[in-house]
Amino acid sequence: MLRLSRGARIGLGTIVTVVLVFMYVPLLLVVLNSFNAARIASWPIRDFSLEWWGKAFASEPIRAALLNSVLVGLGATAVALVLGTLVAFALQRHSFFGKQSVSLLIVLPIALPGVVTGVALNNTYNQLLEPIGIQVGYFGMIIAHATFCIVMVFNNVFARLRRLSPNVEEASRDLGATPWQTFRLVTFPQFRSAFIAGGILAFALSFDEVVVTIFTAPAGVDTLPLWMMNQMARPNEASTVNVVATIVILFSLLPVWASQRLGREIGDRN
Amino acid sequence: MSSPIAATMASTTAAGDVSLTGVTKTFGDMTAVRDLDLNVPQGEFLSMLGPSGSGKTTVLRMIAGFEDTTSGSIRIGGEDLTRVPPHQRPVNTVFQDYALFPHLTIAENVAYGLRVRGQSKSDRSDAVSSAIAQVRLEHVSSRLPHQLSGGQRQRIALARALILRPRVLLLDEPLGALDKQLREEMQIELKSIQREVGITFIFVTHDQEEALTLSDRVAVFNNGRIEQIGTAREVYEYPQTEFVARFLGLSNIIPARTVEQLTGQARVVSVRPERVRLLTDADATSGNDIVLAGTVAEIVYTGPTTRVLVDTADGLRLITETQNSHHPAADVEVRRGDRVRVAWTDDHSATLP
Repeated sequence: MLRLSRGARIGLGTIVTVVLVFMYVPLLLVVLNSFNAARIASWPIRDFSLEWWGKAFASEPIRAALLNSVLVGLGATAVALVLGTLVAFALQRHSFFGKQSVSLLIVLPIALPGVVTGVALNNTYNQLLEPIGIQVGYFGMIIAHATFCIVMVFNNVFARLRRLSPNVEEASRDLGATPWQTFRLVTFPQFRSAFIAGGILAFALSFDEVVVTIFTAPAGVDTLPLWMMNQMARPNEASTVNVVATIVILFSLLPVWASQRLGREIGDRN
Repeated sequence: MSSPIAATMASTTAAGDVSLTGVTKTFGDMTAVRDLDLNVPQGEFLSMLGPSGSGKTTVLRMIAGFEDTTSGSIRIGGEDLTRVPPHQRPVNTVFQDYALFPHLTIAENVAYGLRVRGQSKSDRSDAVSSAIAQVRLEHVSSRLPHQLSGGQRQRIALARALILRPRVLLLDEPLGALDKQLREEMQIELKSIQREVGITFIFVTHDQEEALTLSDRVAVFNNGRIEQIGTAREVYEYPQTEFVARFLGLSNIIPARTVEQLTGQARVVSVRPERVRLLTDADATSGNDIVLAGTVAEIVYTGPTTRVLVDTADGLRLITETQNSHHPAADVEVRRGDRVRVAWTDDHSATLP
């Protein structure tokens, strides 16, 4: 255990406090402003009101944007879960020509600036696929999100598979289980928590994605982040943005809580 | 079984006979097993003994079905299983690291084989309890594997395999991870379980003492071949190759030149340290004895025995081993540097090729 002098402890404590204040006070402002009766976010709050909450719940565009975000997020997550898991198995269990390159190409999209991915996919959709009669539409957005969501699932599942003993699968075969029974009863339960954690992260990543979405969303389709950004540009209804932001904050606590719980479960087991 | 007669027939025909014919296994350009023939009769406890990389584990894995044979055939009870996948073979394995399913309780682990065969929970519960009772671990059945000690996991791995009543049980160094005392207890337990269930056990080990203690027969592996196969006494007392003589316990290998000087016959012999007597001047030798003179180089007290290392004039170092008695007066009384003679009866040595 590292021992710190009194001075160092006070110094570090101050830094921690300042950092936490800078991280969380703006979030608190958003939450408080969602109850602000004023038309635009202003400080200090004069009158508390639930008016914006009511408007937000009644708003058709918000509902549509939320539905889009959820659908795109679920679609991208589903694609990422299937492909990410398959790639993790391929790279963990088999050796083949070009294995290192595949590994790099899978992880690359998370490092690429979103604007590059966005421009690249936008060009592909509009200048390559559309002229030959393929309208990607809504699915273009799902595919675009899936490119970086795969990494989340892949990294989680790959790391878990590396820690599994291949012997237990042999033991399962040895005890009479078919390959499918072995996967269902032995292999999957052992990486299930990594699979779920990867899925949650993938969904969270897709849900708040702005840059790639701008370039790939079909005309007239808003996701929640796109809707919020557009409202900020037209500040007459900015306070509903605060309401939506507050709801998003509450919802994003769920995956954090879930992934910490999953992490603890794994920690207990080892 | 449709009738009692069929059941009797099945037990009299040797369903647990294992027979490997001309089995070869190569990995790339490395040959792990070369043209191996091996017959294990029903109910035998066979140990496959050898250093790591000698091919013994590969043979076990081919019998289990985890490795394909490159050529040759594997039969169990007369049935050709060479191309049958592992889950359809009538054999079960106890793995070196036990390979218990970490996410299932002990009872679920033991029940696994019956579960994948589609037996309902209520049908299998009696079999599961009695399998766990056989290894005396009823009190841990609702725990997870990581909550058990090494010895307990080992016994559960055994119960999980035996519940399926395999015709052959394969054991891959199952006692390797246990400490010495527990290992010796488990050896006795394994032996008694094998006698009780009466099925063929094929046991892989690199521990020569374990192989000698447990087995009806020992197959000594080296370089992908069986160097020698026989009862414990045969392979220990009558090693047929220098490798076997050296791998099983300590051995004095006397080169042909020295044996020719002593007996007139040019042959290499192996003689065990406990067959070599340390002579004092008064001790008589008989006409059958081979006697060598030398100097005491080292004296090692091991508890039950004392080893005396003797260097002969022509550069040979001989090991003698003598039982200690309770009274020091009766024990070996030599000192380093003493001139001594050592002798052994010619019949007590084995001629090597």
